[in-house]
Amino acid sequence: MSDPRAAGVPILSVHEVRFRHHGAATALFEDLSLHVAPGEFLGVIGPNGSGKTTLLRLLAGVAGPAGGEVRLAGRPIRTIAPPERARQVAVVFQETRVLFNFSVLEIALMGRAPRLGRWGMERPEDFAAARAALAEMDLADQEDRHLHELSSGERQRALIARALAQEPRIVLMDEPTAFLDLKHRLQIYAILTRLNRDRGLTVVATSHDLNLAARYGSRLVLLHKGRVAADGPPASVLTAARIREVYETEARVERDAATGAPYVVPIAPVR
Amino acid sequence: MPPLTARRLWVSIGLLSAGFAACVMVCASIGSSHHTLLDLLRQDGGGETAAATILRIRLPRILMAALAGAALGASGAVFQAVLRNPLADPYILGVSGGAALGAFLATAAGLQALAPVLPVREAAAFLGAAATVGSLFLLSSAGGRLLSYPMLLIGVIMNTVYLAVILLIETVVDFTRLHGVRLWMIGSIPIEGYGLVGGLSVLLVLGVAGLSLSGRDLNLLSAGEDAARSLGVTVERTRLVTVLLASLVTAAVVSVAGPIGFVGLIVPHAARLVFGPDHRLLVPASALTGAIFLMTADTAARTVMAPTEIPVGVITALCGGPFFLWLYRRQGGGGYFE
Repeated sequence: MSDPRAAGVPILSVHEVRFRHHGAATALFEDLSLHVAPGEFLGVIGPNGSGKTTLLRLLAGVAGPAGGEVRLAGRPIRTIAPPERARQVAVVFQETRVLFNFSVLEIALMGRAPRLGRWGMERPEDFAAARAALAEMDLADQEDRHLHELSSGERQRALIARALAQEPRIVLMDEPTAFLDLKHRLQIYAILTRLNRDRGLTVVATSHDLNLAARYGSRLVLLHKGRVAADGPPASVLTAARIREVYETEARVERDAATGAPYVVPIAPVR
Repeated sequence: MPPLTARRLWVSIGLLSAGFAACVMVCASIGSSHHTLLDLLRQDGGGETAAATILRIRLPRILMAALAGAALGASGAVFQAVLRNPLADPYILGVSGGAALGAFLATAAGLQALAPVLPVREAAAFLGAAATVGSLFLLSSAGGRLLSYPMLLIGVIMNTVYLAVILLIETVVDFTRLHGVRLWMIGSIPIEGYGLVGGLSVLLVLGVAGLSLSGRDLNLLSAGEDAARSLGVTVERTRLVTVLLASLVTAAVVSVAGPIGFVGLIVPHAARLVFGPDHRLLVPASALTGAIFLMTADTAARTVMAPTEIPVGVITALCGGPFFLWLYRRQGGGGYFE
């Protein structure tokens, strides 16, 4: 699964993409290319400002590149009608605040919007899909609560439920565990792994937590200064030399006896 | 509150419409002369004065107040969602002020002479409102995000400048009319002919219907711009369409009644408490609630100190100012606000 060529047509691919933030002096990406194979669990890592979130926005088709293109199953993603794109790709952004007093069920139902006519009301099957997604996220008994009353872990899960209610082929997650405690971090990753394994859902998740990314990702992409600095199985990407170069941090890389995944122990910033 | 269903949507709109009709009848029966609607039903039609008072004076004014309230309520709900700012309202943002300046300039330039052929005053008001919204978008966005507090500050500044320009021109042209202009600037409901009231009604019903049809997109926008895009919304198009429609209905009533404050702020929040946050219902519900609120406020304006009239804008500001502060303070509690 880690080699996209072995899996046939990539489900998402980035071709020679150029991107510059509005008003920025230099380009973030000059010539970025990478592939996501169907059914893989790809972890995107890299220091602050390396372009993880932007890569995710480009993959989601919510931002357009200045040059090159992103393709969804071979089709340029920016030429696909937004609702059709949204039936295939769901995104959970870092921003988890929602204005106004929407309930958890209403949030999950928002995931059904791409499957409804422009002005139609939600049908019974939409309620069923939204409730199934909430059950998957352990929120079945919370559907009447307002989103802003929830803890950050519950809120994050509600937004993942919205993504699942979209019944997508691909879920993109930006730092899905950024504000979560230990238990909820593991819980979110365990759920993603299960969906990936049982349903063949393709997952792309950015993370600052190298050890979580290494443990759950079948493949890691390390971004550095707008380039792919390394791409491959976690053990080949996470080496002490590369962490020193990219994160400017001295680290020891061990092997977790229980999971077999590489395990990074940071020691000190490089002076 | 359970999610919106077609049944709840239509039952709510039906109940609000019934409430609206009842309110029209009650307001038409209240006034400094003691004629009521029942007088009209008597054998002799209640006499000429009753008919004249109710049909030619009270009713057109009541309907005008209802139209103004509906426009401001609906556009307030829309601005709050599109600008992602729960403290937004056409008055606070300067949109009403821009419309007022446009209408005032058209009148000062003598363009009213064209009024029988072209709705110059209304068109100028729309240009003023649209220019204000355009500037708000340009000035209060940074890195593709709209910033809430700069937006409110810019709105306040634009309002002050608009008022200054209007007063300056009026001072130069004819200072004896300053008092009248000041009264108009705080908002008051005039008695207009049924022709204008009818025309505005058509515009408003179409405008509010159009805005309600964008309701689902407005819901998704509440979850953030990128989230809305990832759920299939074409954010730029939704923004353009809803902002232009909301500016249009706001400008239409401001050109007649002046910039009435705070209706667009209070009404959507009250409606949200009762009907929930779903904009497919919230927009029409805010229109009807706004109509009921402003009709009631205007009836109070013309009766509590009768025969002296208070401008209705004074009443809405006296209700709205404290409400705004309360709402602002509430921001500390939870993530209801951004």
